[in-house]
Amino acid sequence: MPSPNPSRRYPWFTAPLAALIFTGLLFGATAASAFTLEEFQFDSPIQEAEFRELIGKLRCLVCQNESLAGSQAELAQDLRNEVYRMMREGQSQDEILTFLVDRYGDFVLYDPPLKPSTYVLWFGPFVIIAIAAFFMIRSILSRKPAVDEDISESERERLRALLESDADTTPEAPTKP
Amino acid sequence: MIPELGHFALILALLLAVVQAIFPLAGSLARSGAAGGSGNRPWMAMARPLAYGQLTMLIVAFAALTQAFMTSDFSVLYVANHSNSLLPDIYKVSAVWGGHEGSLLLWVLMMAAWGAAVAAFSKNLPLPVVARVIAVQGMIAVGFLLFMLLTSNPFERIFPVPQEGRDLNPLLQDPGLAIHPPMLYMGYVGFSVAFSFAVAALLGGRLDAAWARWSRPWTTVAWVFLTIGIMLGSWWAYYELGWGGWWFWDPVENASLMPWLIGTALIHSLAVTEKRAAFKSWTVLLAICAFSLSLLGTFLVRSGVLTSVHAFATDPERGLFILLFLCIVVGGSLALYAWRAPEVSDGGRFSLLSRESALLGNNLLFVAFTVLVLFGTLAPLIYEAFNWGKISVGFPWFNKMFLALAPFLAILLGLGPATRWKRDEPARLIRSLWWALALSVAVLALSALPILGDGDLWVPVGLALAAWLLFSHAAIVRERVKNKGGLTHFGRAVLADLRGGGRSFYGMVTAHIGVAVFIVGVTMVSNYQLEEDVRMSPGDSHDIAAYRFEFLGAQQVPGPNYLAQRGEFKVYRGDREIARLFPEKRAYLGGGMPMTEAAIDPGLFRDIYVSLGEPVGNDGDWALRLYYKPFVRWIWLGAILMAIGGTLAVSDPRYRSARVRAGAKAGAGDKAPATA
Repeated sequence: MPSPNPSRRYPWFTAPLAALIFTGLLFGATAASAFTLEEFQFDSPIQEAEFRELIGKLRCLVCQNESLAGSQAELAQDLRNEVYRMMREGQSQDEILTFLVDRYGDFVLYDPPLKPSTYVLWFGPFVIIAIAAFFMIRSILSRKPAVDEDISESERERLRALLESDADTTPEAPTKP
Repeated sequence: MIPELGHFALILALLLAVVQAIFPLAGSLARSGAAGGSGNRPWMAMARPLAYGQLTMLIVAFAALTQAFMTSDFSVLYVANHSNSLLPDIYKVSAVWGGHEGSLLLWVLMMAAWGAAVAAFSKNLPLPVVARVIAVQGMIAVGFLLFMLLTSNPFERIFPVPQEGRDLNPLLQDPGLAIHPPMLYMGYVGFSVAFSFAVAALLGGRLDAAWARWSRPWTTVAWVFLTIGIMLGSWWAYYELGWGGWWFWDPVENASLMPWLIGTALIHSLAVTEKRAAFKSWTVLLAICAFSLSLLGTFLVRSGVLTSVHAFATDPERGLFILLFLCIVVGGSLALYAWRAPEVSDGGRFSLLSRESALLGNNLLFVAFTVLVLFGTLAPLIYEAFNWGKISVGFPWFNKMFLALAPFLAILLGLGPATRWKRDEPARLIRSLWWALALSVAVLALSALPILGDGDLWVPVGLALAAWLLFSHAAIVRERVKNKGGLTHFGRAVLADLRGGGRSFYGMVTAHIGVAVFIVGVTMVSNYQLEEDVRMSPGDSHDIAAYRFEFLGAQQVPGPNYLAQRGEFKVYRGDREIARLFPEKRAYLGGGMPMTEAAIDPGLFRDIYVSLGEPVGNDGDWALRLYYKPFVRWIWLGAILMAIGGTLAVSDPRYRSARVRAGAKAGAGDKAPATA
């Protein structure tokens, strides 16, 4: 990390301008996020771990690709509070997830449950893998008139010829990639 | 004026690429064209100078763009969008590839560099092969240069000239990310060489062990670059994004992982083709796939069809062009494959228990991994396309899928190198590996005991698999050294072997040990990391895993082009102060989201990690995130070992023997037989 060096050729207005921007950002930030995770009080570390796991598996709906745990977006904060509230009310993980899925659809889940509509997701890859494996093994094992030696004699001859036939190039400084 | 020169150089590069794509190839196919010496020699001889010319033009263009950045020439639209006069000089250079247009320029520059390297280091290849390889490189270059000139010209001017540029994305103002894209691109583009060799072989109708010998070092070098590139990206995400993870299964991450997975399969299958002349057409297919997936990755990243946290520059119209290009490259090469591959005879029978079978298993698993990543990445698109609803596929899905297959790979990885080519005896294999197996079972038992009944068995399984890899490779090394007659002088025997033809062997061992190290890192950090979000006032202390964090408060500190809130922490273990940490929250003058700079006290066995959240209240309180991450460095250490292993393997004298013999330095490289 380069250490900050304040005295380097900036116009006079840089510092006040920056201070202004920063205060604005901070105010904006504090205004937007009265939340801190510390506000969430838990009865036990297990409950806290459960909460953390839960918000880690939920998608922030307005973000590009972030979990509720990672996002600073306002909606994510609201949802975090919502999940926390429901947990405090004693609802189980499943109840909370059902509620969120009813409201936002499967999109909110990073871990889609196994059900008919997700069979493709959970089993599709294995079908493709099986097909690929079939063709691959066939392509490798089915060979033409089998040559039962490591390299056929003619190939060995040609390989030797090729590796030694530098006739058409003038040798230069030996270098390697 | 200079930007126009750069633009002109790009156009010249395109024209050269067109010539490069046509004449050497036509020359090599003229008349019989199959064996060296026939064909139109003058046309084929154009290949090398054209490759050098291509590189020269692109260096000129790249230098012109760099100059525009260094002088902050905001009349160039791309510079105005990605730089700022306050930007530190080092980031002005890395800003050249900080956006879409510039990263494309970097891509074509690297591609030309690889082409020129092929031209320079291929003195022992027959001219028609060189001509074809460079011509195929030229074809790909035509696609990319057209794409740049038509849709994403980095030299476009803007009028009126803005007083000040927008800033470079603050996420990218970081040393890790300055070198991450070049490394990644070196890997992506490097696979184009493997691709070109494969297509050239198909065009020439000659696929043999010699072909594998030629393309193997190139492929390995590309793979090494890609490994380092991905590792840097993971490391950067870990310390820069402030969320403490090292992999999120984000589409953009997946885009770089897919070519790596197929590339890994490819370097293994090339080994079979070189040594045993088997797997030939399959290897060609893998080479085509590796580069196609690199292109697909580019398409996914650049087009914005997938939402990703990393999508820095996206544009659907450009996506269409890349998609079209992708179809031409993939379709064309696969059609050529379908046409030519059936003529290839695959030699070399092998029994069920043999090195070939093990490598077949390796290829099968890596292809399976690639299918998983591809499927998981595209599943949301598939679901939307078929109106099956909107779904998210995230880390839980990928983790489950990978964990289902990974143990098989690890077990096979210990077995494979110990087996012999062609056929092996089960009894012999057991004789050489039984103690490695016994030791890893012991590790399994020892690490399972303390957590028995806890339910989570991944820790003992992970550690036992890592131990299995370590010990089985120790057994393999022991066997090799014994066969060379040197168990009593172990160190000296290994050194002598390293000087001789043993480098690719020890490279393999190093890379595989890297996998073991990686497994340990992943296992430990996923199961034992601690994370806490706390609110702290200046003077507060908080304990986490035997470490005490004392918060001394945060204050404002100006940076070159940002203002930072910088927190100060003392970390104690017991009563001893072991580190002072300074996490920052930066607001860049160019605007945008404030950035979190985590502070990390790294260690081989644990990282201590603090990131600043938000200020709370008016008394200088902050919301903070504290992490304890055991063994997290091992993840990247493993990747570094893999890269070192690859480098060691490439330096094997056997790849140079023919040249050395023909060249000035006679004698040194003769140990490795030319037909190994």
